[in-house]
Amino acid sequence: MGARSFGVVALAIVVAGLAVTRVLDNQYYYFAGYVVLQYVVLATAWNILGGYTGYVNFGTPAFFALGAYTAVVLIQSLKAPLAIQLVAGAIISGLLGLALGYLTLRLRGVFFSIATLALAVVLQTMFINWEYTGGARGITLVRPASAPLFGNYVQFLFVVMLGLAVLAVATAWWIERSWIGRGLTAIRDNEEAAECMGVPTLRLKLVATTVSGVLMGLAGAPFPYYVTFVEPTSVFDLNYAVNSLAMPMIGGSTTWIGPVIGAVLLGTAQQIATVTISSALNLLLVGLILVAFVILAPEGIVGLVQRLARRSGERTRRSGV
Amino acid sequence: MSAEAFLDVQGVTKRFGGFQALSAVSLRVRQGERFGLIGPNGSGKTTLINCISGTLRTDGGRIVFADQDITTLPAHRRTRLGIARSFQIPKPFTSMTVLQNLMIPIEYAGRGHRDGVVDEAMGILGLMGLAAKAHVPSAALTQIEMRKLELARAMAARPRLLVSDEAMAGLSSTEVDDILAILFELNQRGITIVMIEHIMRAVMRFSERIAVLDAGEKIAEGGPDEILADKRVEKAYLGE
Amino acid sequence: MVWLDLLLNALAAGILLGGFYAAVSLGIALAFGLLDIVNIAHPVFVMLGSYVAYGMNARFGFDPILTGLLFTPVFYALGVLLYRVYYVSFERKGAESLRGLVFFFGVLFIVEVSLLLAFGVDYRMVEARYIGETFQIGPVGIAFRLLVPCVVGVALTGALYLFLSRTFYGRAIQAVAQDSFALRLMGANPFRVKGIAFGLAIATAALAGALLIMIGPVEPAMNREYIGRVFAVAVLGGMGSIGGTLVAGIIVGVAESLTSTFYGPSWGVAVSFGVLLLALAVRPSGLFGR
Repeated sequence: MGARSFGVVALAIVVAGLAVTRVLDNQYYYFAGYVVLQYVVLATAWNILGGYTGYVNFGTPAFFALGAYTAVVLIQSLKAPLAIQLVAGAIISGLLGLALGYLTLRLRGVFFSIATLALAVVLQTMFINWEYTGGARGITLVRPASAPLFGNYVQFLFVVMLGLAVLAVATAWWIERSWIGRGLTAIRDNEEAAECMGVPTLRLKLVATTVSGVLMGLAGAPFPYYVTFVEPTSVFDLNYAVNSLAMPMIGGSTTWIGPVIGAVLLGTAQQIATVTISSALNLLLVGLILVAFVILAPEGIVGLVQRLARRSGERTRRSGV
Repeated sequence: MSAEAFLDVQGVTKRFGGFQALSAVSLRVRQGERFGLIGPNGSGKTTLINCISGTLRTDGGRIVFADQDITTLPAHRRTRLGIARSFQIPKPFTSMTVLQNLMIPIEYAGRGHRDGVVDEAMGILGLMGLAAKAHVPSAALTQIEMRKLELARAMAARPRLLVSDEAMAGLSSTEVDDILAILFELNQRGITIVMIEHIMRAVMRFSERIAVLDAGEKIAEGGPDEILADKRVEKAYLGE
Repeated sequence: MVWLDLLLNALAAGILLGGFYAAVSLGIALAFGLLDIVNIAHPVFVMLGSYVAYGMNARFGFDPILTGLLFTPVFYALGVLLYRVYYVSFERKGAESLRGLVFFFGVLFIVEVSLLLAFGVDYRMVEARYIGETFQIGPVGIAFRLLVPCVVGVALTGALYLFLSRTFYGRAIQAVAQDSFALRLMGANPFRVKGIAFGLAIATAALAGALLIMIGPVEPAMNREYIGRVFAVAVLGGMGSIGGTLVAGIIVGVAESLTSTFYGPSWGVAVSFGVLLLALAVRPSGLFGR
C-alpha cells in the first residue's frame, strides 16, 4: 500500500473512531474496543521481531507489564499525566528489549526464545515481591476526574489506544517497506548469508527487539488507568503471551496487515466469547487454532487470500478472458 | 598497499571441540590473481573460507586484507571492505525473488550506490544468464540456477576479492564452462578470485597459483604444473 | 554456627534436587541435544505426568513411582505420535525453526490450559507413606521427599545411559545426531530412530512427573519455571551427554538451593537461567560436549 493511501486510511480510521465517541454511549463497546486495539498494538509489535525477523518472543507479558508498572510507579510517585506515562513506558520497555537482545541475540534464535520465557517468569517474581507497586495483592488506582476533550475517561483511553494502534501499524508498515525491513527479511530467510552479504545482523536485530519492546510498553502504559486495579497475575496473564503470537501467525506474519486482521478477528471473537465461555476454555481454543494454522496454513489468512487470488488469476488467464 | 599480499592469511588455526580443523594455515593471494584452493574432502577448505569471510572466529593466527587486520571484524564489515563469497550449498533468501536477492548486497555492501540499483542488479543477472528469471521466487530455481544466483549475489556486493566455494559441483561440462567464463570475465574486471573446486580441469585451467590443503594443513603451493607433479598432493588424494 | 548448618543443608538439598533435575532434563538432552528439536513443551508433559500420578493416587491410592512406570509406555506412544506430526508438518519440509518453536509453544499451551480446565489452579499433591519422613546425618536433614526422587532420577538417568550405549537402537540414536546418511547405510531408518528417540524423551516425563509431585505440590503454570531449568541443564551437560546431564543437574540444583537459602526462594528461576547464559557465553558445547 502506497504512502498516500496508507495515510488516508489511517486518517479515516482515526476520524471514524472520534466520530463514534460522539455517537455511541454504551460503555461496554469502549471497553471491548480498547482491548481489541490493544491487541492490534501487541500483535504488530510481536510481528516486527517474529514475523519480519524470525525471532520468536514468548515473553510479551514481560514488556507489556513493564509498561504498565512504569505507569503505576509514575502515578504513585508523581501523579504524572498519561502522556508522560506513555513515553516512560515506551522507553523502559524499549530498554528491556535492547538489554535482552544484547545478551541473547548473538546466540541461536532458540535461546533468545527461551530467554523471553524466563524473562517473563523472573519479572513476575520481581513485581510480586515489590511492595511499592502493590506486591502480590495488587494496587488500586484512581482515574483522573476529567478527560481532556472527551465525555469520560474510558472514551479517552479508547481514542488514545486507537492512536497507538495507528502508530504501531504505521511503524510496521514503514519498516516493511524500508531497507531495514529488507534486511530483517534477509535475516529471517538466512541469517548467515545475510551477514555475508553485508547486513549488520546484530544491529538490525537489536533495532527490531527495541522497537518491539517500545510498542509493547506503549500498549501497557494506559492499562493501569483502564483497569484501575493492577496485580501481577492479571498483568502477566498468559493470554497476552499466546494472543500476541497467535494473532500474527493466524493473520499472516509477513506483512503489516496480518497482525491487524488477526487481532481484529481473534480479539473480537474472544470479547464475544468471554461472555459465554470461561476464559480458560477461550485460551484453549486459541491454542488449538494456533496449532492448526501453524501446521496447515502457516502463511496465515493473508497467505491463503493471496493463494486464492493467484489461483483465480490463473483460471481467468487459462479460460482466455 | 602491498599487491603481493592482498589477502594475507597468517597461521590460522581453528578447532571444533577436540577436532583440529585448521593447523597454522598460511597463504597469500596477490591482487588481481586467480587463486585455486584444493584438497580432499574434509581437508578444511570451507572452514578456511569461513574464517576468511568472518562466519567463523579463528582460534589463532591473523588475517590481513588490503593491509587491514580483519581478524576480529564481523563478517558484514569484511563484506563492506570488499570480501564476498558464495556458499557451497546455496543459501538463497527464499521468500524473495531472484532480483530481490541481489538488492540485499547492493543496498548493504555496495559502497556508493542508491541510484540505478535495479539496473545494476539486472546487469549482473544478465551476465549470469538469469535475467529472464529476475522476478521468479528464488526458492523455485533449479540447482544450477541457484548456484548462479549464489555467484550473482556475491558479485552484487561489488567485491574486490571473491571466493567461490565449489560453485561447479554437480554441473554438466557445458555448465562448468559457463561458470568458468563468468569467473574469467570477473577477473578481467579486476576482481581477485579464490576458487575452491574439485573439478580438476577447471581449477587447472583457471588458477595462476594453487594451494593444497590436507587434514587442516597446507601441504603444497605453486603453479598448476608444480601441483600436478607434487607427490605429496598425489598421496593426499589417492592415499599411499 | 547457624550459617554453616544452613550451608550444609542447602548443599544437601541442592544435590538431591540436582539428581531430580537431571531426570527432568533427560527429555531435552535427547530431543534437543541429539535431535535438535526444540521441545519447549517437555516440562508441561512432566506436569501431565504429575497430574496422572495425582489422579491415580487420589482415586486408587497408587504409589506415584508405580504410576510413573506404568504410564511410561503411554507417554512413549504420545511422544512418537508428536514426533510424527512434527516431522510431517515441519522437519520434512525443512521449514524455518520459527514454526517448529511456535508449534511446541502451541502444544505447551494446549496441555497447560487443559490441565487448568481439568484440575483448576489449586495445588495438588500425593500421599505416600514415605514422603513425609526425614532423617538426620549430623546437622544435615535429608528429606525422603527429596531423597527418593533423587535416587529414582539417578536410576532413570543410568538406565537411559545404558540404553544409549549398549543397545542397537540406542547407538543408532546417537548416530542419527551425527550422520543420518551413514545410519541408513547401517540398515536403520533415520525417521524411525528419531521417532524412538523422541518417544523416549516424552516417556521420561511420566516418571519425572511422578517424582515432581513427590517433591512438592504442583499446579499447571509450574511448567514454565522449568523450561529455563531443563535447557540450562541440557546445554551445560553438553547437549546429549547423559553423564553430563547428571553433573549439570547437580550444579544447577546446588546453585538454586544456595540462592534460595541465602537470597530467598523466588530467585531460583533467575539462577538457572543465569547459569544457561553463562554456559552459552563461556562454553557453548557444555561441560562434556563433543
